[in-house]
Amino acid sequence: MLDLLRARLRQRVEPVSMPAEPSPLPARFRGRPALNGEAARSLPVIDLGRSVFAPEEITDRDHGAAFTADYSMATRTREALVMTDGELELAAALDARMRSLLGRSLRLRSVAAGSCGGCEAELTALGNVVFDMARFGVQFVASPRHADGIVVSGIVNENMRGALEKTYDAVGDPKIVIAVGACAISGGVFSESPEAKGIPTSIPVDLWIPGCPPHPLTILDGLLRLLGSRDAGPKSV
Amino acid sequence: MNRAAFLEISNRRCARVADVPSLRVEELASELEARTRDGWRIVALFGTAESATALRLIAVVARDDAGELAVASTVVGQRYPSVSARCHQATRFEREIAEQCGALPEGAISLKPLRRHAADHAPVGWSTGPRDREEYSFDEVSGEEVHEVAVGPVHAGVIEPGHFRFQAHGEEVLSLEIMLGYQHRGVERLLETADRQRATLIAESIAGDSVIGHASAACGAIEALARSRKTPRAQSIRGIALELERLANHLGDLGALSGDVAFHPASSYLARLRGECLNLLMTISGNRYGRGLIRPGGVAFDIPGEMATEIARRVDRLREDLGPVLQLLFDASSVQSRFEDVGVVTREQVIASGYVGLVARSCEVARDVRHDFAYGVFRFAQIPVAQAWAGDVQARALVRRLEIQRSIEFVSEQVSALPRGALRVECGALEPSELVVALEEGWRGEIAHIAMTDADGRIRRHKVVDPSFHNWSALAGAMAGNLISDFPLCNKSFNLSYAGHDL
Repeated sequence: MLDLLRARLRQRVEPVSMPAEPSPLPARFRGRPALNGEAARSLPVIDLGRSVFAPEEITDRDHGAAFTADYSMATRTREALVMTDGELELAAALDARMRSLLGRSLRLRSVAAGSCGGCEAELTALGNVVFDMARFGVQFVASPRHADGIVVSGIVNENMRGALEKTYDAVGDPKIVIAVGACAISGGVFSESPEAKGIPTSIPVDLWIPGCPPHPLTILDGLLRLLGSRDAGPKSV
Repeated sequence: MNRAAFLEISNRRCARVADVPSLRVEELASELEARTRDGWRIVALFGTAESATALRLIAVVARDDAGELAVASTVVGQRYPSVSARCHQATRFEREIAEQCGALPEGAISLKPLRRHAADHAPVGWSTGPRDREEYSFDEVSGEEVHEVAVGPVHAGVIEPGHFRFQAHGEEVLSLEIMLGYQHRGVERLLETADRQRATLIAESIAGDSVIGHASAACGAIEALARSRKTPRAQSIRGIALELERLANHLGDLGALSGDVAFHPASSYLARLRGECLNLLMTISGNRYGRGLIRPGGVAFDIPGEMATEIARRVDRLREDLGPVLQLLFDASSVQSRFEDVGVVTREQVIASGYVGLVARSCEVARDVRHDFAYGVFRFAQIPVAQAWAGDVQARALVRRLEIQRSIEFVSEQVSALPRGALRVECGALEPSELVVALEEGWRGEIAHIAMTDADGRIRRHKVVDPSFHNWSALAGAMAGNLISDFPLCNKSFNLSYAGHDL
């Protein structure tokens, strides 16, 4: 018991404050791209939904375009992920009714549907003591019957499509859908695979979170924007 | 049987395809049978189209204690006498060949599909027909009070999809059958058709928790075919990244094991320390899983002096923070009573079935590519092979603990004395008509990438074998006789990759 208390005293456990400003991410982190005037001409359009944020995607030849440490990138529509002239319209909050239903308590069911496991690892990390998603009232649950929405990752292959549809159908109305990661949004690096079918149109997506995989802060930021609580909610506990 | 029937090769050294012996299929089967009885194991057995109507099967075998690697092949038609009927260890491989290439091994033990997809490596002249993805017959046990429990593909937690079918008598599991394929993305075909830059990104996405392992093995194969020789600095940075990946996963697993037995203090501290290892990878590469770092010819990012000092300082802090937590976990009798004698794999099973990595090392089978087929930085900075003997959850936890300590020492040593050299060297055109086996010790075990070029120096076949491909059946076997309620704990102690298996 004493060892337990000693260990507790040793551990520095501090949840990251949200919004995390300035960005706590290291200089090499590849988040939201920024363009200067020159770069805007050479790279007029960047589709964050197709990007896997590989270093090769923006090079010196692109005249000062660069990935930045800005982790905020989630949008409400697929089209909004296509940055033109360096602009990105970040996710707006749900309407007042949905916010009053879900704003303080959101339960989500995760469905991996043909992924590498990377996005799920980051979704799991959201529950640890650093990101501590639960302090904002967001939690993953075991059953779609207990959930207010689903989080989809992966390319949605033939073997998982049925399970995805059944899971979605099992969630009671009203419900939300969140697409996490390049694979769910565009097929990512697997977009040329005949297996990549994408999220069926019968499952309407409310929040698109780009990345390969998205950093936990990118996911958390998107969720809080959707709930309208990014600036209003508790920063830390 | 004459042992000269196989061609001896080395890790990441090319052989001419023409020099790979072509045996009769019966010869190959009996040779594999004899060798697997005699201390060898199958690293890979796969098909590649030889012509419009013939398939070449290529077998790669390893004898770990002697550091020997060998290859042979055979040419078969669509129907051929089964190899697994003679050599049990070939079973999963032959199921894979039947599914990927549309071949029909006659007399095979089981031809259940592994991943349930259309054949994408069949000779063009073979008719392979569409497959009914729902058709799959599970083994059933009948008897009074015997019942069946079906779980997945969507599980209770945030994990990858797979389907588990238990035959149980009360709480006791009689047998477990695991049906996978839900993460299938057609990885091998993409690796064979994409340009090199894209292929590297695909290799990074084979298994999201083994980005460094798979990318290093894939690049190792390409570099060997291009005769590209990395500098000591690039090799050292790859080694650091590989060990950080091992640290992150081992710490995460020990944390998850603690969580599964409701030992929450260790579970939350270890989850944070896992994150710290990912953050170190992010400091180096810009991504928490090391994406973007490993590139053909070397690495894309340097560890300059200041960063090396910072990493050394953070690794020291990790070591200090970790000590008391591991002690807490391994000294708690309530934890030990849950870990011991659960999910036992025996040494005999490991040898008979060719299991690899920490599953093998937890029953005193010292298999470790870094030691047995040393490559890159591991030729100069040896890491002792960690072992335990009991083969249970506790043994797999112990091996992780030992490897955590050794990887921390390795990273500390390497960052304090990084050798000089360019980050990347030229990695140009590939030699034509060659074959190379690139092995890497990922945190789960042996990752094998086998690449073959055609007469024009294009990739003709890129075979990937994740350690999970070998080890999933170890989990199924280890569950028999255990309580169904111990499955989550048992499963976590293996923590196999669905994506790495499904490809």
